[in-house]
Amino acid sequence: MVTHTANIKEVGAAMDQVELRRLESKCSQENPPACTAGCPIHVDVRKLMQAIQNQDWKSAASILQQKQPFPGIISRICDHPCEDVCKRKDVGATVAISNLEKFCLENHAPKIANVGAVPPKSQTVAVVGSGLRGLTTAYDLARKGYIVTLFEKSDRLGGNLWKHPEQQLPAQVITNELSVLNRPNVTIERNAGITRQDLSQLKERFDALYIGFAAQSEDALELLGENSRIDPISCTTPIAGVFAGGQLGNNSPINAVADGRRGAVSIDRYLQGASLTASRDGEGAFESNLFVNLNKIPSLPAVPMSHESGGYTGEEAVREAGRCLNCQCLECVKACKYLESYGGYPKKYLREIYNNESIVMGTRHANKMINSCTQCGLCAEVCPNDLDMGQVCLASRESMVRRGKMPPSAHDFALRDMAFSNSEQFALTRHQPGFDSSKYVFFPGCQLSGSSPEHVEKVYAYLTEQLAGGVGLMLRCCGAPAHWGGDQGQFQTSFEEMVAEWESLGKPQLIVACSTCHSIFREKLPGVVSLWELIKDMDLPVQGAGTNYGKVAVQDPCTTRYEQGIHEAVRHILLRLGCEIEELPYSKELTKCCGFGGLTAFANPGLARKIVENRIKESTADYVAYCAMCRDRFAAHGKRTLHLLDLIFADDLQNAATRPDSGFSQRHEHRARLKRTLLHRFWQTPQEKERGYRTIKIICNEEISKLMEERLILLEDVQQVIEHAEGTGRKFINPDNDNYLAYFRPARVTYWVEYQPQENGFVVLNSYSHRMEIVEEVKP
Amino acid sequence: MNKTDNLPPKPVWKCGKCGGELKHGTVKITYLGNDLRVEELKCLNCGLVLITEELALGKMFEVEQSLEDK
Ligand code: SF4
Ligand code: SF4
Ligand code: SF4
Ligand SMILES: [Zn+2]
Repeated sequence: MVTHTANIKEVGAAMDQVELRRLESKCSQENPPACTAGCPIHVDVRKLMQAIQNQDWKSAASILQQKQPFPGIISRICDHPCEDVCKRKDVGATVAISNLEKFCLENHAPKIANVGAVPPKSQTVAVVGSGLRGLTTAYDLARKGYIVTLFEKSDRLGGNLWKHPEQQLPAQVITNELSVLNRPNVTIERNAGITRQDLSQLKERFDALYIGFAAQSEDALELLGENSRIDPISCTTPIAGVFAGGQLGNNSPINAVADGRRGAVSIDRYLQGASLTASRDGEGAFESNLFVNLNKIPSLPAVPMSHESGGYTGEEAVREAGRCLNCQCLECVKACKYLESYGGYPKKYLREIYNNESIVMGTRHANKMINSCTQCGLCAEVCPNDLDMGQVCLASRESMVRRGKMPPSAHDFALRDMAFSNSEQFALTRHQPGFDSSKYVFFPGCQLSGSSPEHVEKVYAYLTEQLAGGVGLMLRCCGAPAHWGGDQGQFQTSFEEMVAEWESLGKPQLIVACSTCHSIFREKLPGVVSLWELIKDMDLPVQGAGTNYGKVAVQDPCTTRYEQGIHEAVRHILLRLGCEIEELPYSKELTKCCGFGGLTAFANPGLARKIVENRIKESTADYVAYCAMCRDRFAAHGKRTLHLLDLIFADDLQNAATRPDSGFSQRHEHRARLKRTLLHRFWQTPQEKERGYRTIKIICNEEISKLMEERLILLEDVQQVIEHAEGTGRKFINPDNDNYLAYFRPARVTYWVEYQPQENGFVVLNSYSHRMEIVEEVKP
Repeated sequence: MNKTDNLPPKPVWKCGKCGGELKHGTVKITYLGNDLRVEELKCLNCGLVLITEELALGKMFEVEQSLEDK
């Protein structure tokens, strides 16, 4: 039998290799800084500057040695094209990279790097000329184990190096640095000028040849004659196996080194039978795509040298290196607590998400990470390439749900909350009393109804007074929890139900009070309008001096990021109410999520707490929110926050600003009660009484309520446990204090409650839950 | 406090249905199609199984999470 599971990419996964590459290419964080890209041999300058700041001279030397063939020489004579592109240039002056390298080598010179023990190769290479090109080629190939013979026409190695003044490049340094070539696989032939006639003989003797002169230079022309057409990328000449300097001129020492290195790469590839042309873009200087935001970086002038000729002092060097911006992109990571909290950046996360999807058997380590994003879209707004990690995480969640791999605990509670709101307990669709058609329908949403039902009542009354043509009412949830959780099936079902109800009213214009509902409906249903845009110029119950509240900082919900109309309407209303507006550093299209979006508060409560704590620190002014969830979450963390509706409808604003978070249990109660109240008040339906377990009276102190809230245990869960325990007698008893302990599993979670019966109810002493199911052999 | 060394503490809970003592016995628990057999306190008469807070929020939670990520 053949099984086909192991290597096949899972059906329904959100990302394939092509998509991964496309997304990865948007994140520039792993691109080198401008200096490294601009250095023809790619010295890791950023790391070097860190090492200098830390006065870690050993690391500094090894960073230089990693790329520079003869650091002592190069650091003294480099023409430093890196400095032309250094980002510091635009905010002060370019970092004095070359002088700092010189400082390192002059003051903290490492021991001459020792022969690396590479397995020797049998192939032989002749290098003609011992200027920087030839020296570099010889050195690089020798390090790879080739048997190298270096031909120099004079009696000493170095060529043009000797033309540098002694005080810039002392003779002793040249001799010392070139001693790295004293190794068993390198033969140096001095006084061995090579002529065009010698070439064919050399070709016989050696497997490859490198002519270490600048392209088109007198020396090169003389040697190669009609064969001096040299390919600048691969350094090939028209003669197979003969390579030569591909760059013109000798005025740039560092380019000569890079040219020699290119030749060595080509010869190595040639001798290994590899392609000479494939993927060579990374060699030599190039322009980096790394995005560096220079906004808000204060300008700093270069650190002057106290002794111009003597170079930097140690203290000056450390200060000058300290001007390095440590160039990184990280724009989104700086803006988003979620991205920050996982210690990496999108390019890394994309790979983790991709790998998570590809796992067939084994642990998916990135599940929690994927479920922790708030889907707020700020990353895309700040990313120079618009990479939207929210969309990536959403697509991944959708694929997890499709494949049955979504951890049930992540979103179960929120989805049940949504089911509650779309059940008989809350859902309601009506024309305005006395009307049999609706021009508008008010959709307050489940969270506003759960948080401040009294506002929903007042807004509905207000809208029916102000608007002609009938204002219907629809109570339910917009389906955002299913959308955020990646459950497209549940979302679709809920949305279709909603649309059917809306159609039953004759497709009136939807007025939404919640920006999340707005974001869910705006593309799917025509004419959706936010309450704020609708009422911005209408008569308000209070205005002007009416509120007298003073300064407020506006929290734009993340679901309004690109809703300029809503941002303006809200500010317009605030001004009409006589408030003074403070804009938060992150507002409007840069606004930040309160930590509820994307269901982060359920999948990763610790992170959601950090998000909200960070957000409320942005200003000391009282906040005004126009999303009930933002309002409640800020309030829960001790921030004085008003809902915009408080300013319009509340009697006591001081109380409103400090009103605690409603909590999950109360939100359910509020919604259910709101439905009964509205039915009674507007449609004269007799007030229904609570029935069944909902009538069981539960007494719990603040501490227990808080515990239940944290553990996502609702009052109705506790009521069901007690009803079940008291009804069946299936409970434990503590003979010391007569406390009872019992459990019940209404659906996918088992709830435990420790309680004590009292005359008029039950005192809850503890409650906890688990998702695993106990399979009891129930005995009668 | 008197030291009872390594003996597990006597359970405080008794079965509320029959008043019997709880004893360790095999309990089957299941999650996401995985069955586990563990030794837990239960009433051997009535079958009632006790999962303490410590167990529910500790070990059990860990196992739940790791099964969810499989
Ligand atoms: S000074 Fe020269 S070797 Fe150093 S980083 Fe700049 S270009 Fe490269
Ligand atoms: S600021 Fe530092 S990291 Fe950025 S380009 Fe200049 S030297 Fe390189
Ligand atoms: S969508 Fe929001 S929470 Fe998610 S990564 Fe982007 S900025 Fe962070
Ligand atoms: Zn019993």
